Amino acid sequence: MKDVLPAIEQWRARGERVAIATVVKTLGSAPRGIGAKMAVSSGGSMAGSVSGGCIEGAVFDACQAAIANGQARLLHFGVADDDAWDVGLACGGTIDVFVEPLDP
Amino acid sequence: MSIYEALTVALAAEQPVVVATVIGGAGAVGAKLLARPGGETLGSLGADLPEVAIVQDMLAMLARAESGTRRYATAAGEAEVFIEAYPPPPTMFIVGAVHIAIPLVTFAKVLGFRTVVVDARGAFATPERFAHADELVNQWPDEALHGRLNSNSFVVLLTHDPKLDDPALKVALPSPARYVGALGSPSTHAKRLARLRGEGMPEAQLARLHAPIGLKIGGNTPEEIAVSIIAEIVAARHGLTGKGEG
Repeated sequence: MKDVLPAIEQWRARGERVAIATVVKTLGSAPRGIGAKMAVSSGGSMAGSVSGGCIEGAVFDACQAAIANGQARLLHFGVADDDAWDVGLACGGTIDVFVEPLDP
Repeated sequence: MSIYEALTVALAAEQPVVVATVIGGAGAVGAKLLARPGGETLGSLGADLPEVAIVQDMLAMLARAESGTRRYATAAGEAEVFIEAYPPPPTMFIVGAVHIAIPLVTFAKVLGFRTVVVDARGAFATPERFAHADELVNQWPDEALHGRLNSNSFVVLLTHDPKLDDPALKVALPSPARYVGALGSPSTHAKRLARLRGEGMPEAQLARLHAPIGLKIGGNTPEEIAVSIIAEIVAARHGLTGKGEG
């Protein structure tokens, strides 16, 4: 969390809204551990990471959706992922990411 | 105060705190509860969830510096809750405000350590050289370390002066500190072991000492040596020696 706080403070100071994505569960080999965070602003800025770059694109979109509709959501990413996000992990593990809007 | 604000304040003050969030199943997804070691809480996960039991789990996980998901029964079915521990940061005590200590403080801070630089010699431990350290202590190392070391402490001795190193080792090795390492060549280290043995330090305590300090990466400059030291400390933090296991 500490790594993304300065960016969040900066975005909020200029009036942007923010969503936070957190790795809540991993199975097998996963690039980042439980608690790893990525923050996204309504202006399209991004800080931190939830993987080695494999799922950040999909998580970025989910964060934008969370900012727009105010809804928190749990995302699941796996190696043979055939869900709507169409993103797989090269490392062969699975990752659950919780995406939530930060209260204004 | 919102949970986010309370968390921000606690992190800035380096106070331990733990946050639970409903992430799925029955219950209000996104609801949050923050707890402190004394049991004080902020927020709510919703009336359906067994808050007393959850707070107990949260505090136990905080004490183990562990984060993860747990399931709790509610009238409407199971709720999935993510519990995230924010233990206070590890602290690196660097004894000897020598040149290597300057890049070592830089690397330690990037890796999330609080840094304390200890040197009784005023010419070395100056705020100009160590503006980036969290704390600068102008005391003899045994005084500076006494009573401050716990299982979240990492001690690095860089003086290679027995007058300064030995008293520090007599405080650090018997303490619960997670890592104790000392700079010095193999022959300096052999003499150090002989001196400490002669003064009756138990073998189990001597075996805890990482010396000569650092992983062998062939470095010579203060910056390269600092990399080898910080690499050994990262390994120790994960229960490894960095010398080829696992």
